[in-house]
Amino acid sequence: MHEMGIILHLAKSLEETAAEQDIQKILRVTLQVGEVSGIMTDYFTDCWNYFRKRHPVLDTAELELETIPAVTFCSNCERTYPTVRYGRECPYCHSGETWLLRGNECIIKEIEVE
Amino acid sequence: MRIIELKETVTASNDRDAEVLRSELKAKGTLLINLMASPGAGKTTLLERTIRDMKDRFRIAVMEADVDSDVDAVRIEKLGAKAVQAHTGGMCHMDAGMTRTALEELGDEPFDLVVLENVGNLICPAEFDTGAGKKVMLLSVPEGDDKPLKYPLMFSVSDVLILTKTDVAPYFDFDFEACKRRARQLNPNMEIFEVSSKTGDGFEAWENWLGKAILDWKK
Repeated sequence: MHEMGIILHLAKSLEETAAEQDIQKILRVTLQVGEVSGIMTDYFTDCWNYFRKRHPVLDTAELELETIPAVTFCSNCERTYPTVRYGRECPYCHSGETWLLRGNECIIKEIEVE
Repeated sequence: MRIIELKETVTASNDRDAEVLRSELKAKGTLLINLMASPGAGKTTLLERTIRDMKDRFRIAVMEADVDSDVDAVRIEKLGAKAVQAHTGGMCHMDAGMTRTALEELGDEPFDLVVLENVGNLICPAEFDTGAGKKVMLLSVPEGDDKPLKYPLMFSVSDVLILTKTDVAPYFDFDFEACKRRARQLNPNMEIFEVSSKTGDGFEAWENWLGKAILDWKK
């Protein structure tokens, strides 16, 4: 469900960009997706392949996903560590006072156009 | 063939729509509140008491967002406030476009306060700006004080946190101070209230804040 909402907005953003810059066809879209953004990449690509057909400017555009590794900061010992491997508890000092620095974003990096 | 660098977040088009909607509502003097929480945190029950207490001072309407059914809208209408059921078309959150459609369904009647009761979910609603002037989230005592750690985005984007169901606190190990500390670490300016919609405890502080927010929005 989440993926569908994001795809609908992605398609709208790209259509607006295409109209503004007089682009006829978008061939490739590169997204940067955070490791813990909650986006399931397989399902996300399926959603894209379904929805792109509704937009003439996007209907053959391939979706390329780049992963942004998730990094957590520990406010107790002030070190950072990979979120996916260690989760919420700091592997150095075992504090639970930890915060995600990056890894939950979803950014349109670039598009390739005709 | 050429490559265009965009570097914009996927929800940028929604953010733009939300900004337009927010300025239209500001011009009308209607405060839109995006009310978010997990299912069963007590969104509708909090609204019922708030409406009962404040409906003589302010014109209030509620937009109930659900994937299906209209049980919440029926509860609100019983109190004499206008309610519409907003349908998300199967989606787990409301966005600015769906919010605009629901506002149109409310009609031309002027309101001081419109509450959007978002879909029960602590994840997706946090990511989509609806055009609301204020974001209010609920966390109920039975859910646990660790939720700011699990759903940091929701706590980061909300202006207000209401801890609900304080009447059952004796039966749960909910650490209010730890919860507030975690929430403020994510969001230092967050307003935090503790209420029981059943007994009315803590409602005065929440309703004072809300009344002031409605009046400030008209300035």
